[in-house]
Amino acid sequence: MVERNYRVVNQPVRKKDAMQLLLGKPAYVDDVTPKDCLVVKVLRSPHAHALIEDINTDIACKVSGIVAVYTWKDVPNKRFTMAGQTFPEPSPYDRLILDRRVRFVGDAVAIVAGETEKAVDKALKLIKVQYEVLEPVMDFHTAKDNPILVHPEENWRSLCPVGADNKRNLCASETSGHGDVDAVLADCEEVVEHTYRVPAVNQAMMETFRTYTEIDHYGRLHVVSSTQIVFHVRRILANALDIPKSKIHVEKPRIGGGFGAKQTVVAEVYPAFVTWKTGRAAKMIYTREESQIAASPRHEMEVTVRVGASRDGTIRAIDVYTLSNTGAFGEHGPTTVGLSGHKSIPLYTGNLEAHRFAYDVVYTNHQSSGAYRGYGATQGIFAVECAVTELADRLGIDPVAIREQNMVREGQIMPAYYSEPANACALDRCMARCKELFGWDEKYPVRDMGNGKVRTAGVAMAMQGSGISGVDVGSATIKLSDEGFYNLTIGAADMGTGCDTILAQMAAECLDCPVDDIAVFGADSDASPYDSGSYASSTTYVTGKAVEKACEQLKENICTVAAGMLDCDVAEVEFAGKAVRRLDGSDEVSLFDIATKSMCGSGTAVQATASHTSPISPPPFMVGMVEIELDRETGQVDVLDYVAVVDCGTPVNPNLARVQTEGGIVQGIGMALFENIQYTDRGALVENSLMQYKIPTRLDMGRLRVEFESSYEPTGPFGAKSIGEIVINTPAPAIAHAVWHATGVWHRELPITPEKVLWGIKKGQA
Amino acid sequence: MGKVLSINQYVRAQSLDEAYTLCQKKNNVVLGGMLWLKMQRRTVGTAIDLCDLGLDQIEETETDYRIGAMVSLRALETHEGLAALTDGAMAEAVRHIVGVQFRNGATLGGSLWGRFGFSDVLTLFLALGARVRLHHAGEMALADFAALPRTTRDILVGVIVPKAAERVVYLSQRNISTDFPVLTVALAARDGGYTCVVGARPMPAAVFADEQGVLAQGITEDSARAFAEDIASRAVFGSNTRAGADYRREICKVLVRRAALALAKEG
Amino acid sequence: MEIKLTLNGKPVSASVDADTLLIDFVRDHGCYSVKRGCETANCGLCTVLMDGTPVLSCSMLAARAAGHHIQTLEGLQEEAADFVGFIADQGAEQCGFCNPGFVMNTVALLRENPDPTDDEIRAYLAGNLCRCSGYEGQLRGIRAYLDSRKGEA
Repeated sequence: MVERNYRVVNQPVRKKDAMQLLLGKPAYVDDVTPKDCLVVKVLRSPHAHALIEDINTDIACKVSGIVAVYTWKDVPNKRFTMAGQTFPEPSPYDRLILDRRVRFVGDAVAIVAGETEKAVDKALKLIKVQYEVLEPVMDFHTAKDNPILVHPEENWRSLCPVGADNKRNLCASETSGHGDVDAVLADCEEVVEHTYRVPAVNQAMMETFRTYTEIDHYGRLHVVSSTQIVFHVRRILANALDIPKSKIHVEKPRIGGGFGAKQTVVAEVYPAFVTWKTGRAAKMIYTREESQIAASPRHEMEVTVRVGASRDGTIRAIDVYTLSNTGAFGEHGPTTVGLSGHKSIPLYTGNLEAHRFAYDVVYTNHQSSGAYRGYGATQGIFAVECAVTELADRLGIDPVAIREQNMVREGQIMPAYYSEPANACALDRCMARCKELFGWDEKYPVRDMGNGKVRTAGVAMAMQGSGISGVDVGSATIKLSDEGFYNLTIGAADMGTGCDTILAQMAAECLDCPVDDIAVFGADSDASPYDSGSYASSTTYVTGKAVEKACEQLKENICTVAAGMLDCDVAEVEFAGKAVRRLDGSDEVSLFDIATKSMCGSGTAVQATASHTSPISPPPFMVGMVEIELDRETGQVDVLDYVAVVDCGTPVNPNLARVQTEGGIVQGIGMALFENIQYTDRGALVENSLMQYKIPTRLDMGRLRVEFESSYEPTGPFGAKSIGEIVINTPAPAIAHAVWHATGVWHRELPITPEKVLWGIKKGQA
Repeated sequence: MGKVLSINQYVRAQSLDEAYTLCQKKNNVVLGGMLWLKMQRRTVGTAIDLCDLGLDQIEETETDYRIGAMVSLRALETHEGLAALTDGAMAEAVRHIVGVQFRNGATLGGSLWGRFGFSDVLTLFLALGARVRLHHAGEMALADFAALPRTTRDILVGVIVPKAAERVVYLSQRNISTDFPVLTVALAARDGGYTCVVGARPMPAAVFADEQGVLAQGITEDSARAFAEDIASRAVFGSNTRAGADYRREICKVLVRRAALALAKEG
Repeated sequence: MEIKLTLNGKPVSASVDADTLLIDFVRDHGCYSVKRGCETANCGLCTVLMDGTPVLSCSMLAARAAGHHIQTLEGLQEEAADFVGFIADQGAEQCGFCNPGFVMNTVALLRENPDPTDDEIRAYLAGNLCRCSGYEGQLRGIRAYLDSRKGEA
């Protein structure tokens, strides 16, 4: 592997906003926008499927302090999608701001805006709605070609050829592959086939959805929102309100966590509509309950895997079929599903002769799903990794050994990953290091701890992407400023992950200056250069490269100004950090003086903007190993130790990469063991609060150990790939593996609760 | 979505009589820690706060501990005398309840008054043979109080825990550390016998004595198992979103057996 | 109704509704560090100190706080600055939304127990949820601070 020494990149630099955040300074939407504005809330449907026969807002409107109450009659009848994706969006245009048909328990029925929260709460209770209650489609197995249609409307439309058909409850459908998978499987000596299910778990970021809107002094709609995607918000709001995009300005302050949730325009349309109609500033703060029941959780998926191998453990073919539940609307439905096959099957490119990947994405009367860290890869990897471990067991091969035998290797082309290359792949080293660090050989055997408790271990591999190939655009503007500091302006959104700092590290590396000399600004749809936004693990890889390019251009501009000052040709000078000097060493001019000159009698902009896109999406890789203690008498599973070794290319900031990994693992543990999704008979989500939806506390995750085995991605900035999403993918299959090893029972539906574990053991004994 | 709790008036009662008079009105409510109350969708006429009445003290006498209704769960958790009396079971019973800040707010009175099915506190105090003091109805066994109709309009002033328990063990099963319990078990050796309380069934805690004298000859692996089987067969279990009735019955056997064996070890 | 209390050392008199919650009261008085993360007293983001004791301001009536000393992170900047740099050195602040509540409760922990074990730290802070960090970096930060203090002693 290539060893490269960097001055700022690959260093554990403090996050630029760290101390302000730790000291509780005002930084988020509700801290930095005026209190004196309209309070906006939404009346929500108690029915999973109904038509609004009549809605009477007369009494509600008369409540003192109520400014407006809007219903389906008041909004544009032009459908749009709330999915934050590059236009033309693969997600169907199936939404109205308010619709006469309500499609899940929690769907928006009316918007109320008033001077105080009390007035709005009172008015909400006084809206009289008469529903024609319809039979809902609750079970996603029966959704396709069900006579009940979630979207029968004629103005539903799909912009991209994703196999969508609203008259069949289909949001997307496709089959792809290479080789003759049926023939190879028929020839395999061992084939494992099972179906695995992951429910619609919630991101549960600590800051719920929230947006402030006002009309600015140009008469434009100014939106301050907690969003990962300022540019997509602009387009989506323009579509929703049916107004020109030029009329909208979107910015984000600090974001209190996103994990993909804020890649969908969940809250923005409501205050935006109020402000556009009334001319008054407005704010919508989602309650935790709304964030649970009417937002954008993970797509519930059922993934059926057939994996075939020869007796010696050579994995020859994998066949994956995914049924995905997009819920009432199609946000991210056609795209998340793709990752369930395209980012699980390629892990076993090693000896793979054939694969097939098919899917259907269906509409149901549940809340719309969206983007959540892992974005379908999480569901697919849970299925494929469990199936491979079961295959290893049937063949009598160690689960680590079968992976070593079949994993994708550096330099291979991955047919199941759009035939993209594994330019940089240290998965083999990740496995070797993880095995050593964890102590696999000692911890894997089931050990009886007495009192009904046993300890054992599980393993899983994962991959993800780095941006969306040929689609994502990252941009950066960098300018030399007074006294020789730099302004870096980006359209990517730091949601706590630290991209402001990471991109500044890259700029500082390029410009040979301290990170403190780079002031970062973003994201603002008026001021920032275009960026698709922070999702799809794109920012470090795509926007990072744009920063690198912009810095190179800026250095040329600076040299041009300096050459003028040194009275020589630009070819005779070189950029040297704090100065530009003549190549012959005879003279130099300081950056300070160049900055001063650029502001006095200069016609050269000491500013550069660059954009970047990538035809490939290099996958990061990782291995996770978990040690659990399982109580065979109660079914309780305690995670004791989790070791992860990650190949994210060059970790631009090892501290931030480590914390990303640790945070992702704990979310993965939550999904594997605790985060349940249950519905009442009428389709309401039971886990509608943090009292019912139990995310891990610091008592529930054992000890975490993270290391990096770096590869060098030639197309990435400083050899970097991504880190943000991959880290959630290993806990579920690794824990399921460990539970199986402890009990002899495979749990193929998450979460693996103590009750399920105990019944598994009892059934096994019977 | 609308705000959950609204309160029209707030009164800091200056006497128990004042509080008692105020609470006779159906729409009025006595504030405990407000943690559970706050989550209810209701409109309260007058919120009656007892915080000025000095009910936040734990007093020790020759024969018992007298604990004010406004004593926080955190104070119970960190009280040395109660820890000694209960062999650490007091802290064990409350340490899973959300977090330190929550337990600083939540009160003993509020926890018992609600007679919540999930109550760890009710489970343990029943096992300890606690008595409650009501302003109007006077002193009564906690078990009798627990059976009172929910419409009772009185003021819970304090709790008396007799120094009767020789040994106590508290165990609970939870799906995740600080969640509501799926089952709670408290076992106390006191007054020459054993009292076993099973809570979060998910119905409120119920008290069981060793009626068959299963443990009379001492606690062994076998007698502990038989005792656990006996309790599990007598207790009624139900299902909720956290677990089913059959699972609760199954782990009731496990927790009661483990509690009995732990009790024997303590002795 | 009128209430008087001490907020970060300063006397405050204000008119509040009977059901005004302490979290809304302190935010109305400029203490934006206090965050609401849930409506069910589960997340710990709204932790403030009442007479030095950490409580959930989302579940406390402003009226009940009358006559008491309330502190938010705005009033504890120096005490917090002592150790939060060690958390910044781990990158464990992440999105930051849970930080004020977590920092407030850590202040309370360290006052009560100046030399806690890792398990004591985990137990005391269990009511402070964080969805970003996986908690381990927060622990490393506090541990590094405690170790640095030992070095000084």
